Amino acid sequence: MSTANSYRVAPAILPAAGGIRGVLSDAFWRKPKLLLILMLLPPVLWLGVVYIGSLFALLLQSFFSIDEFSGLINREFTLKTYGDLLQAANLDIILRTVTMAAAVTLASIAVAFPIAYYAARYARGRWKALFYLAVMLPLWSSYLVKVYAWKLILAKEGILTWVLAKLNLLWLLDAWLSLPIVGGNSLSVSFTGTFIVFVYVWLPFMILPMQAALERVPGNLVEASSDLGASPRQTFWNVLLPLALPGIVAGSIFTFSLTLGDYIIPQIIGTSRLFIGQAVYSQQGTAGNIPLAAAFAVVPIVIMGLYLWMAKRMGAFDAI
Amino acid sequence: MRSDRSQKSPLGLKIAAGLGLVFLHAPILLIFVYAFTTEEKSYQWPPPGLTTQWFAVTWNRPDVWEALSLSVRVAAISTAIAIVLGTLCAAAVSRSKFFGRETISLLVILPIALPGIITGIALRSAFALTEIPFSFWTIILGHATFCVVVVYNNAVARFRRTSGSMIEASMDLGADGFQTFRHVVLPNIATALLAGGMLAFALSFDEVIVTTFTAGQQQTLPIWMLEELIRPRQRPVTNVVAMVVVLVTLLPILLAYYLTRDGDQIAGSGK
Repeated sequence: MSTANSYRVAPAILPAAGGIRGVLSDAFWRKPKLLLILMLLPPVLWLGVVYIGSLFALLLQSFFSIDEFSGLINREFTLKTYGDLLQAANLDIILRTVTMAAAVTLASIAVAFPIAYYAARYARGRWKALFYLAVMLPLWSSYLVKVYAWKLILAKEGILTWVLAKLNLLWLLDAWLSLPIVGGNSLSVSFTGTFIVFVYVWLPFMILPMQAALERVPGNLVEASSDLGASPRQTFWNVLLPLALPGIVAGSIFTFSLTLGDYIIPQIIGTSRLFIGQAVYSQQGTAGNIPLAAAFAVVPIVIMGLYLWMAKRMGAFDAI
Repeated sequence: MRSDRSQKSPLGLKIAAGLGLVFLHAPILLIFVYAFTTEEKSYQWPPPGLTTQWFAVTWNRPDVWEALSLSVRVAAISTAIAIVLGTLCAAAVSRSKFFGRETISLLVILPIALPGIITGIALRSAFALTEIPFSFWTIILGHATFCVVVVYNNAVARFRRTSGSMIEASMDLGADGFQTFRHVVLPNIATALLAGGMLAFALSFDEVIVTTFTAGQQQTLPIWMLEELIRPRQRPVTNVVAMVVVLVTLLPILLAYYLTRDGDQIAGSGK
C-alpha cells in the first residue's frame, strides 16, 4: 500500500463542517423548506403586515362614520358612510373621473401605437436601443417636473399660445376654450389641459407593453394579409389590432388605474371640480372625514378589480 | 426565407412615431430653457433674457438643501431595505415551486399596481388606528413598500437566466451554502441588484403621492416642489430645482440600462 502512495484518497463524504455556520449550512441543505421559509419570512411579513394590514385598516375605516356635530370618528360598524358616498355630488366626482380615465386611455392608445409599432417592426440595432431609451427616460423622469413643464407650456403667456399666434391659429384655441365643459379661461385651468397632461404623463406606460405585444406579431402575417388583398386599413383592423390587443389592455390597466388615483395633476392643471383622488385627499385632510375618504378610496379598488378581472379574461397578463 | 425584416416603413408611420417622440421629450427640454430665464413673475415665452444668477440663488437656499438631504436619506434607506426584501423574495420564488407562489408575486406587485393614493391613505389610516406619529421612519415605511417590486423584478429576471447547475457544481466541489452564495450566486446577480437598487432609488427620490400621506411636517424634495407648484414663492428657483432633478434622475436610469441591457428583460420596463 505505502509504495503506491503518490496520491491520497480523499473520503467521498466530507467531515461535517464545524461552527454555527456549518450547522446552518447543513441544515439548509437537508431541509430546503427551512431556507425557503426563512427567505420568505421578511418580505412577506413586511408586505403582509405593513401593506395588506394597511389596506385592511383602510377598509375598516370606511365602515366607521363621522359624528356630524363633534367631528369625531365613531368606531362602530355602519354603512352610513357608503350612503354618503352615493350622494349626487359624489357620484358626479366618480363619473367625471371614470370618464377622464377612459378618454385618457383611448388617447394614449392612439398616440402610443405608431411609436410602439415603429419600434417593434422597423427599428433595428442601434435605433431600437435609442427608441427604448427614448421611451424609458420620460417614464422615469420626475413626475412633478413633467407636470410643471406642462404648467409652463399651457400658461396663457406660455409657449403654446406663442406658437399658435405665430401660426395665426389663436382663433382655434379661443373657439375651443369657449366650448362648455372642456373649455375654460385658459388651457391650464380647463379639462382639456388636465387631459393633455394625463396623456403625456402616462404615455410611456402604454407604449412599453404595446411594443412587447407587437414584437410577437410576425411581420409575415401582415404581409400575408396584404398579399391576400387586404388594404392597409383592413390589415390594421383585422390582423394587427386583434393580435396587439393583450398589450393594449395591459397598458390600459396602467393608464386607467393611474388616472383614477391621481390627485396632483387635476389640482395643478385643471378646474376646481374634483376628481376621486382630490376628494380622498380633501376629505382626509381639511374635512377630517377619514371614513368618507376611505370609502372614496375603495371606489378605484373596486373599479380596478373589475378591470383586472376583465383584462385577465382577455389574456393581458402575458404581455406585461 | 423570412422576409418580414426587410420592408421600409411607410412615411406616415414614421412621421407619427417621430411626432410622438417629440411630444414625449419637448416638455422636459423646455425646463432647461426656463432655468436660465430672467423673467421672475410669469411663465413668459420666449424668455426676455438669459441669466445664470438663479443657480447661485438656489445654491444659497437652505430649504432646498434640507429637502434634498431628506430625500437622499429616505431613498438610500428605502433602497437598502428594498434590496434585501426584494432579493429574498425573488430567490424564494425562483428557486422552488411552493403553494401560494403566485400570491407572493401578486403581493409584491400590488403596492405599485394600485393607485398611489390608495397606498398612501391605507398607510395613513393604519398609522391613525395604531397611533404611530409621523416621522422620518413613516416615510421610509411607505417608500420601501413600493420599492421592493423594482428590485424583485430585476432579480427574478436574473435568477431565471442563472442556471441552477452552477449552484450544484459549487456544492459538489465542497462549498457550503454561504460560500456558494458569496462566490457563485452574488457575482451572478450583482449587476441586476445594482440596477434594481438604482431604479428603486430613483423611484423613491421622485415619489410624491404616498409621501404626502406619510410625512408629517417634513419636506422631501418632491413635496417641496409640490408646495412651489401650488403656492409659487420664487419661480426661477423652482425652474432650477426642476432642471437639477431631471439631470439627477437621468444618471441612475442610464446606468441601470447599461447594466442590464444584455439580458432578456431590461431594467425599468415596468415602473
